[in-house]
Order: sequence, then C-alpha cells, then structure tokens
Amino acid sequence: MGCTASDVVAAIKAVADVVAEHKVELTQLDRAIGDADHGENLNRGFTAVLAALDGATPETPSAVLKTVATTLISKVGGAAGPLYGTAFLRAATATAKSDELDAAAVVAALTAALEGVVARGKAEPGDKTMVDALEPAVRASSAAADDGGDVAAVLRAAADAAASGAEATIPLVARKGRASYLGERSAGHLDPGARSSSLLLRALADVAAR
Amino acid sequence: MTVGLVIVSHSAKLAEGVAELAGQMAPDVAVRAAGGANGGLGTDFEAVTAAIEAAQSGAGVVVLFDLGSAQMVADMAAESVDGDVRVVDAPLVEGAVAAAVAAQGGGDVSAVAAAAEGGSPEPVAAEDTTTIEVVLTNEIGLHARPAATLARELTGVDATVTVRFGAASADARSVLGLLGLGARGGDTVSVSASGPAAQEALDRVRALAERNFDE
Repeated sequence: MGCTASDVVAAIKAVADVVAEHKVELTQLDRAIGDADHGENLNRGFTAVLAALDGATPETPSAVLKTVATTLISKVGGAAGPLYGTAFLRAATATAKSDELDAAAVVAALTAALEGVVARGKAEPGDKTMVDALEPAVRASSAAADDGGDVAAVLRAAADAAASGAEATIPLVARKGRASYLGERSAGHLDPGARSSSLLLRALADVAAR
Repeated sequence: MTVGLVIVSHSAKLAEGVAELAGQMAPDVAVRAAGGANGGLGTDFEAVTAAIEAAQSGAGVVVLFDLGSAQMVADMAAESVDGDVRVVDAPLVEGAVAAAVAAQGGGDVSAVAAAAEGGSPEPVAAEDTTTIEVVLTNEIGLHARPAATLARELTGVDATVTVRFGAASADARSVLGLLGLGARGGDTVSVSASGPAAQEALDRVRALAERNFDE
C-alpha cells in the first residue's frame, strides 16, 4: 500500500492548512530574529499551491511535488521560496519513477529534499536553520524504514525528530540566514525555518496516519 | 554585443539605484534592476528571471545580489534560463560599477564576473617598464567615476598598466583596485606601463589626468 498522486495532493492540502493556521506564529518567530515575513510568505506560497492543484490533479506523486516546487519558487519571496522549492523539486526528481510511494520512496524523497536544501542554502547542522529539523528527520525516517515501518511510521518518525530538532535550535547562535546578522542575540529564539519544516512534516505524518 | 548585468536586491529602490549608478559608467551595457517582491521587500524569482532574459544579448549575463536569499533566488533564476549566466558574490555597489566598466570595455562574461569580484590579477613589474608621475588635479582624485573613466580609457590598449600610490598598487583596469588606493585630489600617483603599447597607455593616462578625468 503506497501513496498515490491523490494521496499526495491530500497531504499537500493538509500542509497548506497547517501553514495558514500557523502563519502568525511563524511570522512572529521571524520577527524576533529575521525579517518578519516567513508566515506570510509561506502562506502566500501554499495558497498558490492550492490554486494550482485545484485545476487538475497531476498524474503521479512526482508531478504533484513538482507543481508544489515550481509554485513555491515563483510565489514565495525570501529564503523560503528557493529552499522549500528546491526541497520539493528534489523530492519530485527522487520519486520520478514511482506511481505510488512506499516507505522507501518517502525516505528517498526526504533525503533528496534535505540534500537540495543543503545545496541551495549551504547550511550545516547547528547553523540554526531548517536543516536542524530536516537532518534528524531524514535520519529517523531512514531508521524507521529499516525497521520495517510503513509510510505512516516513517513520517511519524520524521515529524518527531524534526520537532526535537527544531526545539534544539532555541539556544543556538545563527550562522546562516538573516538571523546570523544578530550574532549572539539570535540565541534564545526558535528558528522559524526549523519550526515550519517541523510543522510540514507533522502535517504529512497526520495525513498518513489517517 | 556586451555582457549584461542584473542587480538583485530585496529593495526595488536599492536595485534601481545601483543599476542607475552602474549604468552611468557604461552607456552601452544592459543593466537591469530586479528588486522587491509583492510590492514590498523581498526577491521575486519571476522578476529576476525576466531581468536576466532582458539583459541577455548572447554575450552572457553577470548577476549581483545584496543579501542571502537574493543569492538563492538569483541562483535558481540563473539555472532556469538559457545562456551563460554568472551569479557573483561581490560588493553590490562597487562590484556593479566594476562589472559595468568591464562589460563596457568589451570584457567577456568571465572577465566581467572577475571584475565584479575585484579579481584582477596582481600587477607584476616587468623589466621594460616605463613610469610616469601623475598629479591628480581633479577634486575627488581616483574616486569611482574617474577610476571608471581611467579603466575605460585603457580599453583595447595592449599594455599592462599599474597605478601606485604609497605602498599600494592596482591594475589600472580594475575599478575596485583603483578605488582601494584611496588617492585623492592633489595626490600624486605613479603610473607604470609595459607591453607593446606602453607609451600609448601612459600618454592616454597623462592626457586624461590633464583633462581632470573629463569631470
């Protein structure tokens, strides 16, 4: 039992809902150590994604992910557009041959997404960025798949690890992104990108658990 | 057909201002501004892509950016279009001016990118070097516009030209290098040239200084 294109569309719609719900929170986190636009930007992007998916459901999971990627890239100004856009684009490429995504395909997509974010943003773990949520998420998802977990188990492991990873950004001093200009003053704040990555993965996990 | 330039900034005003300043040095170069997003601050992938396409004449485009995410948007836009597009990590204002002058002088895309990054090679003194002393009689010395004028004056002249001021020296075709000398009005710089057209180069520099850099 794998995820079909329409399952992926449902998951993306759930992500859009969660982003809308947390728009103000994400912007407030970004106001503390950034340029106060993360929630607005991401919400604008996913609102456009919903509109793009409303017309017609792409035929494969990969095509859905690619639609998400290109929409985010064109609609989201700021770092979130290129970073999430690249993440979804790499995930689309990694799953290009699958009509349905099984646990291994989901791990491959997450791994490719992380690699894309690192390639685009040049951040490493500990820099206080979304990588601090995504990197442990990928490791945990891979371990869950190795233990025989299904898609729901893999995504739950990823979401749990991302949540811990995001929390762990609070004491860090930012070394990448706008927050890095604050130096020591960036410590004591949750990184908005790590938070949004964690929210996205939780939304995916919740859909998979249904 | 010259290399085009694109200035990517979070601010539309900043991008336009830098493009205006760089364009002043380079009347024949397509310098496009891509600043702001959604009517406010930000960087817009589609606007950057359109600016790159508008600046592309076939000779290549060099893209300069202001802050972090502008680089990512510029990188993605550069990857999405055809043709040789270089995104360079350079000081935005000085880099844009240096790149514009290099493009105006007919530099290829690699030369323009290197000019933006301040990467002109360290001048090496050859044995058959001729040196003259030049007094900067214009008010502001080797400031941005005179430096750009000097670099342009030497376009196509087959000579290696070095400007020295105190302990510092710079390639006379490097606007950033010249600016870095900090030579002001009233200062005296020494200008050395070697190569087949060394004398012509020195004559041009002397004449330009006597004309107060056409200020």
